[in-house]
Amino acid sequence: MIRFDYVRPSDVASATQAAHVGAAPLPEVRFLAGGTNLIDLMKENVERPTTVVDINRLPLGKIEAAPDGGLRLGALASNADTAFHPDVKARYPLLASAILAGASPQLRNAATNGGNLNQRTRCYYFYDTATPCNKREPGSGCGALGGVNRIHAILGASPDCIATHPSDMCVALAALDAVVNVSGPDGERQIPFADYHRLPGDEPWRDNTLKQGELVTSIDVPQGDFGAHYTYLKLRDRLSYAFALVSVAVALKLDDGKLSDVRIALGGVAHKPWRVPAAEALLNGQTPSKELFHQAAARILDGAVGQGTNDFKIELARRAIARALAQAVAGTPQSQSDKRIK
Amino acid sequence: MNTIISPPASASNGAQVIPISLDINGQQHNLQVEPFVTLLDLLRERLQLTGAKKGCDHGQCGACTVIVDGKRINSCLKLAVSLDGASVTTIEGIGTETKLHPLQQAFMDHDAFQCGYCTPGQICSAKALLDEGHCKSRADVREWMSGNLCRCGAYNNITDAVMEVLEKEGAKT
Repeated sequence: MIRFDYVRPSDVASATQAAHVGAAPLPEVRFLAGGTNLIDLMKENVERPTTVVDINRLPLGKIEAAPDGGLRLGALASNADTAFHPDVKARYPLLASAILAGASPQLRNAATNGGNLNQRTRCYYFYDTATPCNKREPGSGCGALGGVNRIHAILGASPDCIATHPSDMCVALAALDAVVNVSGPDGERQIPFADYHRLPGDEPWRDNTLKQGELVTSIDVPQGDFGAHYTYLKLRDRLSYAFALVSVAVALKLDDGKLSDVRIALGGVAHKPWRVPAAEALLNGQTPSKELFHQAAARILDGAVGQGTNDFKIELARRAIARALAQAVAGTPQSQSDKRIK
Repeated sequence: MNTIISPPASASNGAQVIPISLDINGQQHNLQVEPFVTLLDLLRERLQLTGAKKGCDHGQCGACTVIVDGKRINSCLKLAVSLDGASVTTIEGIGTETKLHPLQQAFMDHDAFQCGYCTPGQICSAKALLDEGHCKSRADVREWMSGNLCRCGAYNNITDAVMEVLEKEGAKT
């Protein structure tokens, strides 16, 4: 592995100060939390920080009540501890289900909530330093365009980048309208989840809207009443321990048989979790039906474009959305151990 | 408890060297490590604990699985310096040749390996699986062992072995 300087601050201010050097677009300081993605990328020579700021000693590991009555997930709480936290299990089963659909038990034990948000794409060309990649090396081109792009975007891509965000947890957080709390050289601020990750545009090296030196401190999940009608449906090339080709998080309520407060977020299809409020509005106030679900799916996939090897994902996503809505309405969420899709 | 003080790492390459202390299988180790040393490399190359294996070195195969502060992790993706003060259990700390852990006996009884390269990681993972207490069924065990690959394809026998111990332990409580 490359050589780097290592610092281990014990408070947030020293951590963000330590990271407030280096220049855009490829700053050379990295925060180290669980390490499951960063250390891997350093071994691949994709990430080449000159300084690693180990944030594991910062007091950011708690899961506690948020001021608005929701839940505050500490950035350094592990994905596993989050999924099995009694409040997460009881009040946000969609979030627990999505976390448990991702990675392996070992990785979920090490990976943190902040790190889950900030993990990089698993685009093969991003990882392979022998190929061009605008995300890894701005201006070098995109190997995935016209290449093998089975796991790549069908929505929101740009001529510079068709990578997808690989997280399952983030798809649930998008559906639940989470808010990301960050701290940086200019103080603290809150970022609505929809604004946290970004589309690649002509700056694909920027995965999110964090500024240099800013650190995710926690994630707030607002109060919601989605314990009865939700599902996280993940479709992938093997039954476990694989990234999503398409995933769908659905949370909704039923009032006298009518749909309300419907949320639908897609994973594996874009550079960020994909939500289309207009499609959700189409469903609110309506009586659930298969036909209606397909209308919503069509609205979500409006403008979807295949890149060759991933053309199948448009039809797969259409069916997955309709199936996930049916699962959520029926109150039969997808099991993450018995993989049969009902 | 014995305290083992390892010789300081060579700093001739100019790399930073950081003092850390780790409890490994019940023994306290005070070590000097460079920041880029992973827990797996520390165990295998510095401490001659070669039970944990380097399969992929990228967190994909699970052959390097060890238990840190009660949780199973991929030791290849963890910088040793970031674990200062932690407790580590490797396969060398689970059972002995004369007193096997029930999982080790079950793996032998069920022929749960061919080449054996993935086995230390499988057993560390299975031990943590039992302690976690999330698994009730065969489908659960398959899902919760999915972070450990076996290129020989002994998956059915591995599941049989873990199920046997899970059912025995369940019968005890």
